Amino acid sequence: MNDSIAIELRDVVKRFGDVVAVDHVNLQIRDGEFFSLLGPSGCGKTSTLRMIAGFELPTAGSILIHGREMGITPPHLRPVNTVFQSYALFPHMTVAQNIAFGLEMKKTPKAEIAQRVKEALDLVRLSGLEERRPRQLSGGQQQRVALARALVNHPEVLLLDEPLGALDQKLRKEMQLELKSLQARVGITFVFVTHDQEEALTMSDRIAVMNKGKVLQVGTPTEIYERPNCRFVADFIGETNFIDGLVIGRDGNYTVIETPDGLRFRGLATRPLSDGTAVTYSIRPEKVRLLAANGEVPIDGLAGTVLTVNYIGSDTRITVRINDHRTIDVWEQNTRSTLDRDEYWQPGEPAVVVCPPDNALVLSE
Amino acid sequence: MAMLQQQQQRRDRIRLMLLLTPGLLWLVLFFALPLVIIVIYSFMTNDALGRVVYQPTLDNYITIFTQSLYINAYWRSIWTSVLTTVICLLLGYPLALFIARSPQQWRMPLLMLILIPFWTNFLVRIYAWQIILANNGLLNGLLEFIGIGRLSLINNEGATLIGLIYGELPFMVLPLYAAIDRFDFTLMEAAADLGASKVQAFLRIMLPMTMPGVVAGSVLVFIPTLGQFVVSELLGGAKVDYLGNLIQRLFLRANPINWPLGSAMAVLMMIVLLVLIMLYFRATTEEER
Repeated sequence: MNDSIAIELRDVVKRFGDVVAVDHVNLQIRDGEFFSLLGPSGCGKTSTLRMIAGFELPTAGSILIHGREMGITPPHLRPVNTVFQSYALFPHMTVAQNIAFGLEMKKTPKAEIAQRVKEALDLVRLSGLEERRPRQLSGGQQQRVALARALVNHPEVLLLDEPLGALDQKLRKEMQLELKSLQARVGITFVFVTHDQEEALTMSDRIAVMNKGKVLQVGTPTEIYERPNCRFVADFIGETNFIDGLVIGRDGNYTVIETPDGLRFRGLATRPLSDGTAVTYSIRPEKVRLLAANGEVPIDGLAGTVLTVNYIGSDTRITVRINDHRTIDVWEQNTRSTLDRDEYWQPGEPAVVVCPPDNALVLSE
Repeated sequence: MAMLQQQQQRRDRIRLMLLLTPGLLWLVLFFALPLVIIVIYSFMTNDALGRVVYQPTLDNYITIFTQSLYINAYWRSIWTSVLTTVICLLLGYPLALFIARSPQQWRMPLLMLILIPFWTNFLVRIYAWQIILANNGLLNGLLEFIGIGRLSLINNEGATLIGLIYGELPFMVLPLYAAIDRFDFTLMEAAADLGASKVQAFLRIMLPMTMPGVVAGSVLVFIPTLGQFVVSELLGGAKVDYLGNLIQRLFLRANPINWPLGSAMAVLMMIVLLVLIMLYFRATTEEER
């Protein structure tokens, strides 16, 4: 990966009537990067993608592809190709004709088209299905044809609009890994739209989390998951315990907060916060440790009672009641294989919850 | 178990027969039988008083193929029908596309506008066209008013064509609308994305995929146009003979009337239709195979 910019969005706004779909978005997507636009439905991620493809024009702002201002360039003259959510394969053409379409439009010589169609089919492991019609293919196969049809044109950027949305869970997981390795092989910049946070974390080099038309945070999967910059991102990506309180001071690197019910927590703040600021403390359930009660409560610890225990295979998910108003979720990995239920926590059992401050965040919005 | 299944199958068969009988009976009595009579008549002889004499002959067909009056009527009708169909297609496709792409709440009202003329009798509507096109009619009044002057707009083949296109256009628009409405416009975006201009995307994707509508509309327009006689008489002024006019005259007004020759013309018209439509189907469904 080098540092040159494949796609740049400068202060892009898209309005549909009174609705602001995309609200002053700035993005720089690097060459060769697997970049995801992640957010709930209606967050503006698909509108953003469609503006890059040229299906929609921005109300304001500009879009540059490899430094070239796109302006009102129509879709068929842009150096990008799209994989549509519905695949949008041409039903009246064979697989080979579908894949050849883009090359024919560019007046590529016949022999070269045949060669490149063959290569594209090999790339997505569909050799032998050239003469099939799209409706004769499974969802996963149609997906691959859509990929081949786009990639065969050697686009500067490949745009993917929730391409795995229609696949079942298992196939979806397979295609995630396959897409990722495909992207590494062809070295083309991928811009991938999804509402599935796990999918974005698995596949992306970097992720832009969007909500209500705005980009909230851009970062690597680790940055997004471990250091969300706001409550929305922490909530949307993975699961977390949220605890509202006020800043009451600092303790070394940590910011200390106190809740209305008098509990104190220490965590990392992304920026200095003055005392009295209303904040949300966030700690992910797998970062919380659960200790057997022995009469002592260590620093960052809280005494409580096990409320529920849910065994889900890889983890056991435990909810611990701290007081009448508050519970904290703890996920423990099932590192040992046993059928003995006594190995797990029992509801009603006293326990101590420990929230390590290095794994906890103090979010100010 | 097998017994029960057999019983059910028998009951289903009886029900099916009961449901089909009235329709079949109707078709046999009022379609198949008259058709057979027409075919038989076409090989019969006419006497000097216009009565059918049951004496088999090929004379009627020989007459049609040897006298320019009849041959010309076939060519004129075929050519006029082709022209009507093509113009209806060129006018109807954009119209159907416009309706199909209108906001959902506008589509039904717009389709109703296409259908409203059907609430009035066809003859009345054609008389209305006489009033519009007449030498001292509405259109000529307007032309004179804006300084172009009066033109001869009625009692010619152009007026016939206008009347035919007017009458048949809805039959083109409706099947086209149905086909375009089913079309997934994401495919046009996909084509544009792959480098196709609007024209290329239309010719390569949208037109082939809406071909069933084009075929249905064309057939619906072509068939009645080939046999029509009302428009060419009322707007065309009956100056030249179209197939329908000749057949009508032979059956009702000729002196003497000649049912065998009229029947032969009708049978030949049906054969022409069958051949043309088969050729058309073959040409338009080639892409599918």
